[in-house]
This record gives sequence, C-alpha cells and structure tokens, in this order.
Amino acid sequence: MDKIYSALTQIVGEDYVSNRPEELFTYSKDLGTSPPQFPEYVAAPRTAEEVSRIVRMANQEKVAVVPLGGGMTLAGLALPLRGGIVLDLKRMDRIIELNEKARYVVIEAGASHGKLTAHLHKHAPHLMHSEPGAPPAATIGGNLAIHGQGDLAHPYGFNSDMLNGLEVVLPTGEICRFGSCAIGCAWYTLHPLPDLGLFLGWNGSTGIITKVSLRLFPCKKFREMDIFVVEDETLIPDVLFALTHVGMAEDLVAWSSAIPPFANELHHISINITGDSKEEMEFKRRQIFDIKLSKYIRDGVGAIGAVAQPSERPQISKSADWKKGGGFEYVGSIMPVAAYPECYRRGAEISTRHDIPYTVLGRVIGAAHGMMFSWSYAFNRADDRSVQHARDALHETDDLVMELGGTIWKPAVFGQQLLMSRMDPNTLQMMKKVKTMLDPNGIMNPGNWEVA
Amino acid sequence: MFNLRFDENKCLACETHDCLTRCQYMAMDIPTAKAEMEKLIQGRESRVLHDCVTCYACEEYCPLGNHPFYLIVTRQEELDILPLPSPLIKRGVQMAIPFRGEPEIEPIAGRALNMGVFSMLVPHVQGRLFEDVTLMSTDSRKMFHYFCQLMYLHFGRTSVINERLEESIATIAAHGAREVIHFHDECYGTYASYAPAFGIDVPFKSVHLFEYLYERLGAMQDDIKPLNYKVAYQRPCSSRLSPDKHPFVDKLFDLIGVEHVQREFVDENALCCGSTIMGQRREGSRRFCLELQQKNIDDMKKAGAQLCVFNCPACMQTLGKPVADAGIMPIFMSDLCRLAIGEKSP
Ligand SMILES: Cc1cc2nc3c(=O)[nH]c(=O)nc-3n(C[C@H](O)[C@H](O)[C@H](O)COP(=O)(O)OP(=O)(O)OC[C@H]3O[C@@H](n4cnc5c(N)ncnc54)[C@H](O)[C@@H]3O)c2cc1C
Ligand code: SF4
Ligand code: SF4
Repeated sequence: MDKIYSALTQIVGEDYVSNRPEELFTYSKDLGTSPPQFPEYVAAPRTAEEVSRIVRMANQEKVAVVPLGGGMTLAGLALPLRGGIVLDLKRMDRIIELNEKARYVVIEAGASHGKLTAHLHKHAPHLMHSEPGAPPAATIGGNLAIHGQGDLAHPYGFNSDMLNGLEVVLPTGEICRFGSCAIGCAWYTLHPLPDLGLFLGWNGSTGIITKVSLRLFPCKKFREMDIFVVEDETLIPDVLFALTHVGMAEDLVAWSSAIPPFANELHHISINITGDSKEEMEFKRRQIFDIKLSKYIRDGVGAIGAVAQPSERPQISKSADWKKGGGFEYVGSIMPVAAYPECYRRGAEISTRHDIPYTVLGRVIGAAHGMMFSWSYAFNRADDRSVQHARDALHETDDLVMELGGTIWKPAVFGQQLLMSRMDPNTLQMMKKVKTMLDPNGIMNPGNWEVA
Repeated sequence: MFNLRFDENKCLACETHDCLTRCQYMAMDIPTAKAEMEKLIQGRESRVLHDCVTCYACEEYCPLGNHPFYLIVTRQEELDILPLPSPLIKRGVQMAIPFRGEPEIEPIAGRALNMGVFSMLVPHVQGRLFEDVTLMSTDSRKMFHYFCQLMYLHFGRTSVINERLEESIATIAAHGAREVIHFHDECYGTYASYAPAFGIDVPFKSVHLFEYLYERLGAMQDDIKPLNYKVAYQRPCSSRLSPDKHPFVDKLFDLIGVEHVQREFVDENALCCGSTIMGQRREGSRRFCLELQQKNIDDMKKAGAQLCVFNCPACMQTLGKPVADAGIMPIFMSDLCRLAIGEKSP
C-alpha cells in the first residue's frame, strides 16, 4: 500500500483519509476562477496532535501540506498548487471554553463561524464575535489566516486584532502556544509577551492554527439595519467620516451594483444599529440622521433609504450569481476610505469592459482607519469565455489596487506576486527568512507567499 | 404625452377649497387656500409644493373631483420642487426597470386577480374566496411588467407614470381577462382614477378587491362565523383615489362580524402610514414620521383595537411591526376574510 496513505490512516483512521479520485475531485476546486488542482491525499485530523504527526511525516516524505477550512476564500488559496495532502480541518471544531466574564471563547480553528454564532446565541446571547459576511461554513482558522474582517470591524478592527491567544502546529510539527496561554494561564490576552505573530495573513504557509482564543463583545437585544443613499460617490468618504465620528453604528458598509437596477449608480450605506432598548436605538438614530446626516437630506443629496430592516447574520452578498452559472470571485483590498469614489468608478469601468454587471462594496474598518473594498465579478462556470473575462477582470483589479495605493487583501498567487514585486527588499528578505526558518522543507501550502 | 385634465373653472367657483383647508398636514384658511390654489393653477411656486407630504387625501376632499393632488405633483415636477431627496427619486425610478425577461402571457378566460408588484403576497390570496379568479403577476421576477407606476406620485414624477403606464396596461390587457380585480388599492386607483384624469386608455374593466371580497363573502354567508374582534383599519393613501369603494371596508367588517372601533383617525381623517414621509426632504421628516405613527397607534390602542387591518403592503411593511409591538395584531384584509370562513391565514 502507498506509504503516505498508510501513514495517514494510522494517524487519523481509515474513515478520515482518502486518495480516491472522486473525493480528490471535490478538493481540487474552489468557487472561484482558479483552474482545478488535485491533491494526492485528503486527511481530516481531529486533534492538534494528529496534525503534528501528519506534518512531521510530510517533512520526512517532502510532501506538501495544505490546510483547508471552509474553502470559502474563492482565490484558490487552499488549492494544492503542488499536490500533496489537503488537511481538511473541519473536524477540529470543538468549543473548548466560553468565558463570559472575561469575554472570550477558546475554540478549535476548524470550527465554523456559523457554529460559533449558534453556540453564543444559545449559551451566551449577550455576547457575539465579529462574523464575516462569508457563508457560515467559513472557519475561524481560515479567516484568521487571511486577516478577515466581520460585522464588528467598525468598532473593533480586523478579526485578527481580536485575538487573546493562539495554538499553532509549526511546519516542523511542534505545537506552540502564544499569549497568556503560553505561560500556563488562562487564554485571556495575547499581549504583553514578545510579539511572535508570524501566522496571521500567511495563508497557512507558516503553520497550521489549531486553537484560538477570540474576543467576544456585547451583543445587544435589538439589531436593525438602516440605509442611507447618495448618488454622488464623492460624498461617501465624508458621510463615512461623519458616521464614524458619531460612532453609533455597529457595522458600516457602502455598496453599489448595476443589478438589481435600483442600486445602479447609487451608493447605499448599510448602517447596523443595535441597542438593548427601543430608546437606545432611537437615541442612536437621532444622532445619525437628525444631527450628523441632516444636511445631506436637507440639500437633497442624501436620503434615508430604509429603516429598521431585519439585519441577518451573516450578511452574505446576494450579488454573486448575476451571470447565472454559479461562479463569482472578488478582489478584496484594504484601502483608505477616501479612495471610495475612485475605487467605484474604475471598478465599474473594468466591469463594463468585461461585460459583467459591476458590484462593489466597502466595509469600514475601525474609525474609518481603512475599508475593505471589494470588486466582485460573476461568471458562468459553463462558459469558458465568461470565466476568462472574470479572470482578466480580477487581474486588472489587482493592478488597480496597486495603482490606487491600496493593499490587496487575501490575494491570489497573481496578486501575491504583484505585492511582493513592490515590497521593500528588506521586508521581503525578512519574509523569506521567516518562511525558511519555520518551514525548511517548504512543505506548507507551497506557492503561497513564496519569495523567489 | 398625456396631460392632466384639470378644470380650473371648478376651482374658481369653489367656495370651500376643501382640498387645502382640510389637509391634515398644512393649516390653511379659505383665503390662503384660494391664493395657494391660484398659484398652483398658474404654475407658480406655492408653499403647498414644499409642504405636501403626498398623502393623496385632497383627491378625496375635493367635492368636485378635480384632481388637486395630481395637479400638485405635476407642478412639483415642473418647478423641480421634489418631495424626496434626489437619490431616493433615482432609486425609485430605477427600481421598476424589469431586468429578468418578459412575462409569459397566459390567456385568462374569466376574471383575473392582478397582484401588481406584490407577487410575493400570493399566499394571502388562496382558498375558497379566490377560487373563481385566475391570478396574474405571480412571478416576482416579472412583476415589474405589471407595475401600475402610481408610486411615482410620491416622487414628484408624473412623467415616469405617463411614460410607462401604457406598457403595463398592455401587459395586463394581453391576458384578455374580462375583468381585472386589483389586489392593491394603488393599481385600482391607477386604472379607475389616474388614467382617466390623464386621458390614458384602459381597455379592461377594473374591480376593487374589497368589492370582490364583499361579493364572494355575500355568496358564502352560511359559512361565515362572526369573528368578534375589535379592529382598526389602516387606510392607504391610494384609497383616496377611489373613495366610492371605501364604504366596502365597513360592509366587509359587518359581514364578517368584527367591530370597526370608533377612533379619531379614521375614514377621511385617516393618517398616512409614514412610509414615504420618513425619507422626505423637509427638515425633521424622520421625527415627524415617528410622531405620526405613534399618534396613529395610540389612537388604535385607545379605541381598544385588537387587530389592525391592512390592505396596502407598503403600509403593512411600515406600520406592521410597530403595531405588533404595541400589542395589536397586523393582518391583511384578505386574510381576515379568510379567517371568517374558517380558513387559516399564512
Ligand atoms: C459571499 C462571500 C462573502 C465573504 N465575505 C467575507 C467577509 O465579509 N469577511 C471576510 O473576512 N471574508 C469574507 N469572505 C472570504 C472568506 O470566505 C472568509 O474570509 C472565510 O472566513 C475564510 O475561511 P475559510 O475557512 O473558508 O478559509 P479557507 O478558504 O479554507 O482557507 C483560507 C486560507 O487559509 C488557510 N487555512 C485554512 N485554515 C487554516 C488554519 N487553521 N491554519 C492556517 N491556515 C489555514 C488555507 O490554506 C487558505 O490559504 C467571503 C466569501 C464569500 C464567498
Ligand atoms: S381642487 Fe377641488 S376643492 Fe380644491 S379648489 Fe379646486 S374644486 Fe375646490
Ligand atoms: S396630498 Fe395630502 S398633504 Fe398633500 S396637499 Fe393633499 S392633503 Fe395635503
């Protein structure tokens, strides 16, 4: 029998390993435009120890290991570019500790955001975490590995800023902890020990996150979405600055899309408002609409588009399938809020060139310290030309991000190379040293953040 | 293009100027109303153009059927004094652009029930009451082909209605139904009031939903079990375009054994649900809208209403939740009637 296959079965059990083509097929694709990449094996470990044993074996055999969470990043980041073993982490989904008074949860990295939301809803409804707008199957670890952001990004920043501790299996197999948990204490803080943050934003190429302590935040009793609309995109930065100054919203997302027609060439700002009482909600609305935004309404250039809409969690984009063929991929970027008008205009031009209805969105991070701006491109998977158009549009958008002075978020390999080609040489060398030191055999998600 | 048939001579001879003196949102005596009406007729700027909340009520108040509200909206557009901020107008105008293909036109032999742009409310028109009508516009992807467009009266845009209405009429007419019952007051008002006022041809006969329900329930009297609820009715703005059908509300309530509670804001004195006022341009519109809604709900509560009956989906969407929060159950008229014959509402 195949040596690697048999080693994997010894570690995780026969039921959780496969090298059968029909199963490898499903692991060879993601939802985006990337061409299929077949692994040789898939294994689904249950514990950090099993992960560690697999990684040690992979080092001996010099075979690639690609961690996979929900596989929702679309940009081919969890596809095995050099074959090898896909480690499907979804069985590592235990919620280990919920500490309500210190407001954190310790959770295995393969647990999905949907599971955590449901758990908190049931066991600690007054607490919440920052849930990304991805389908609920997206995992905690996968989201941290790409510096994701969720519906608490406005008050609290990136999801990776909300960590109290981390457990990681290094590319050489050691299980390492960071934060207060590393000195045997509870998992209540990441600081003030020396910073070893070498695992976030690396797409799993420096190690596999196995446990996480995530900060939790107050979850108010009422949650509603109001909408403010403007036509002139140049007003958006000012409106967002006004809204972040007043600080009454929980989530702020500006968006525009060609379809459905009502949204075409208009800019909607979704404003999530929460409160423990109707009075609290009304107080917040008064600050927002009657005080901060009233001048736009009076001048006839801004409008209350909707109030008190039900606010679903997660708020998943419904714009994904305009081409009717089940495909969509987006370029995400981290941008200054002031860049919104240019991002929108240039993005709409790219979409028009490729015959794709434009869809753009900017979610505020922090007090307008930045925004995650995304350009989505729908395609018909059954039509090669349509896929190629989307692929070209994505590449042009990567270039656009660089041109506008932004940073590509969760870049596909093309975008990673673009970023590294612009990177300060010393920083690039530092990345290379980190990678070589941690992963001497280059087995961890090879192809990603690979410094030439 | 179509123009409003407005008879200024009627206004010259008018003694009451009810259209403006009875307006619940502007205080005006007869001389002021006369002066403002003159300005409107002459196409000059009037405070009415700024202060009108577009509640449609003056259409009903005018004793001579002279369409003062259509005149106000026409002037708002001509003088570019629009009740809503421009992004909302653009959004509204774009909203009804059909983008998911053409509707399939199935011939309808008898009577049709036109859902207009409320295809998603099909579950509310089921059961025995609706057995002998064929539903029209049941596919929400195609519903904008059936849009009566009258919503643009709130937007100061009769031009949009006049541009698009003939196509909607043609779509409905293409089904060949003998009579078209309209689920929404707004559709009925379009074909029975607006179109004739602007000289737009309507080749089918329109029937108001309440009239139809009254006829159906009348034929099922033996099956009716009086419901014995105390109910309030949220009269929609577009019902002002067909005041002759409004008495069917009380007729229906009598037939199904519910008590229409005595209250201040009822019938001609009904208050707007606020859906359009919320986003208007006037200073303080949002607060005004909330106060108006509260006044309305307090009045329902004071009168002891257990249910609030809606016919307009926009009113239901705007006021349904606040009404429910106040302990009064919101319900569509169609569902209430179904309850009376022992059917469950969705
Ligand atoms: C409709 C839609 C909306 C979205 N909205 C958002 C949003 O609002 N915010 C947001 O942040 N994202 C969003 N996303 C992107 C993405 O789905 C999420 O970020 C998601 O959380 C990624 O997690 P995953 O488990 O699917 O990661 P995967 O795709 O499985 O993996 C992502 C990367 O991390 C690596 N990896 C996976 N698990 C681990 C681990 N435990 N340790 C180390 N490396 C690992 C993988 O190898 C891969 O490189 C959206 C996606 C879609 C389809
Ligand atoms: S519109 Fe009617 S009520 Fe108003 S002034 Fe003219 S006739 Fe009189
Ligand atoms: S529509 Fe309503 S608010 Fe406007 S003038 Fe007529 S009655 Fe007054």
